[in-house]
Amino acid sequence: MSKTATLKIWRGLDKTAGHFESFEVPYEPGQSVLDGLRWIRVHKDPTLAFRYSCINANACKECMMEIDGETIYACTTRLQPRTMTLEPLGKKILVRDLVTEIAPPQERLRLK
Amino acid sequence: MAEPLRAETDVLVIGSGAAGMYAAIEAARAGCQVMLVDRSLIGRGGATVMAQMTVAVALGSEAPDHWSYHYHDTLTAGRGLCNESLAQLLCEEGPACIQEMDAWGVGWARNDGRITAAFAPGHDRPRCVYVDFLNTGPAVSKTLRSVVNKTASISRSGDLCVVDLTKNDGVVTGAVAWHIGSGATVVISAKATIVATGGLTRLYRRNSGSANTGGDGYALCLRAGAPLIDMEFVQFFPIGHLAPRLIGMDPIMWDPFRYKLGGRLLNNRMEEFTQNYGVAEDGKYIITRDVGTYAILKEVEAGRGSPHGGAYLSFQHCSEATLREAFGPVIDRLAKNHIDLTRMPIEVAPIAHYHMGGVAANARMETEIPGLLVAGEAAGGANGANRLSGNAITEAFVFGRQAGRSAAARAKVMGTPSPHDVSETLDLLRGEDRQDTPNTAEMLETLQAIMADDVGPLRTKTTLERALARIDQLDVALGARPFGTNKSFDMARLDWLDLRNMLMVARVVAQAALLRTESRGAHQREDLPGMLPAWRTNQVARLKDGCIEILRMPVMPIEIAAQ
Repeated sequence: MSKTATLKIWRGLDKTAGHFESFEVPYEPGQSVLDGLRWIRVHKDPTLAFRYSCINANACKECMMEIDGETIYACTTRLQPRTMTLEPLGKKILVRDLVTEIAPPQERLRLK
Repeated sequence: MAEPLRAETDVLVIGSGAAGMYAAIEAARAGCQVMLVDRSLIGRGGATVMAQMTVAVALGSEAPDHWSYHYHDTLTAGRGLCNESLAQLLCEEGPACIQEMDAWGVGWARNDGRITAAFAPGHDRPRCVYVDFLNTGPAVSKTLRSVVNKTASISRSGDLCVVDLTKNDGVVTGAVAWHIGSGATVVISAKATIVATGGLTRLYRRNSGSANTGGDGYALCLRAGAPLIDMEFVQFFPIGHLAPRLIGMDPIMWDPFRYKLGGRLLNNRMEEFTQNYGVAEDGKYIITRDVGTYAILKEVEAGRGSPHGGAYLSFQHCSEATLREAFGPVIDRLAKNHIDLTRMPIEVAPIAHYHMGGVAANARMETEIPGLLVAGEAAGGANGANRLSGNAITEAFVFGRQAGRSAAARAKVMGTPSPHDVSETLDLLRGEDRQDTPNTAEMLETLQAIMADDVGPLRTKTTLERALARIDQLDVALGARPFGTNKSFDMARLDWLDLRNMLMVARVVAQAALLRTESRGAHQREDLPGMLPAWRTNQVARLKDGCIEILRMPVMPIEIAAQ
């Protein structure tokens, strides 16, 4: 039987009213957690929200999140054949699911 | 729905790669209020951050050079199709922008105090400046972003996805945008609008761009009535990383390795093969991108490809000391990916990298539609049928700066645009939550497969017609009403808006490729090999009554364009 990774992902629009949802992802050695998240959107749930711009190149620095409690990029973290817990950055304003407001205030929409 | 938010500015710049940021800086310097928006974060997405190394410019700091030599090489690489006035602008003004970037502290690599230049394929001499072998793009983004930050008259907003340009009496008057972060609709009035949204690499399965370069600017301009040019010419970078699996590294990272160490391209018999396609490399990196791509794909087709369907690239002739001296910590990052270059070749294959085509513009970077300008990769024509290494960042600087100047000149003499009718786009963005809609991420993946398999570097009438039929099917599945809701970061809605643009642009590429009945540069028709003199002509696409209309247009000689 082929191995799977389980991504246990925090979902929600409100920090106080979220829940965890688990997805089984096919595991191939060498993949990143970002690969797993992209697989989920295509095969399971296209509404899952996370930031990324470059793909696994660690150039855009947008995919930072908390993986098993550690603040880290999803594109440089290896997917592993076990349960991995993914949460939005705890110290940032939540937008949705794994997306937080990471832009400096002057680079956000501000209309007078 | 809630009333849309409203903003007013002199110059609206859409896209915050190098072209957009340079345009914003230049327009602000000319005394304008500027609004710089990006669908991702400011200065982090787009193709600029993914640039690895070379920026082509006739600086002549180490050895004599003149922009006219760079211009000559650019036209040669473009296989007769370059818009000569845009190519001249790129080459002639490149040095000034490189010097300005230097003054802003980008940190071009130096040798004895002089900015140093590397040799890249297609150039007649060493002409490519760089910051660091793998870090030019991020350094460029960071430098421009900090200049933007210090410029009080530039307001910035990330997470803002432009849905449509707005028009009044034939003039572009701004845009309607969807704020991804909050789901709010924003109506922006501007005296001049610059589209600096980059290319279309996201249309392809394997690409070296960012997830936000899906050709949205092309679709925005088409819907606003502006023509696109040379859309059949998609540049594939021949040696994109294929295997073994590599993360945390840009897929075009082997380019700097080849600049520095040469490297050997091998087929599965471990034999060099580029000499069979007219270019014997002899350990030097001289093959241009169109020929390299063709050679690798043909070896694969003949059953001589590497296990994952590409070619081998070997640096096994280099000692560990040589590799470490050239690439230091990168060698450790490779080791973490279980890659030891002294013991094994890696596998590479062509990967969608850049788009030669784009929005048609004059040398002031104005489109056909008053109030609408274009900059960077979004502009088409400068590079003809094939782009030289290093011209992409240079054109981002030069075209960005020129677009900023032209937009400012216009904004100074224009009054605030009169209110325009935006009801159609507002209606599109009305919140609704439809049930049982198709999986948008899956549709995106399907489109990428269609483009990669049937509208890739090698095409035939059969593959292109099949692609167009499948694009039709996706169009039907997408429908006319968006999926998702107006809540924060609704990915189904964002994907729907992206697919609306991507399907339109994919269709233009496939249609233009079907109509060009010859092979030239990055466009290789397997059923129609060879360049035909009669096809030394551009193709121009417009949106007419909801359909794409493509006409031939003679390549414009520089003396006429200058009038």
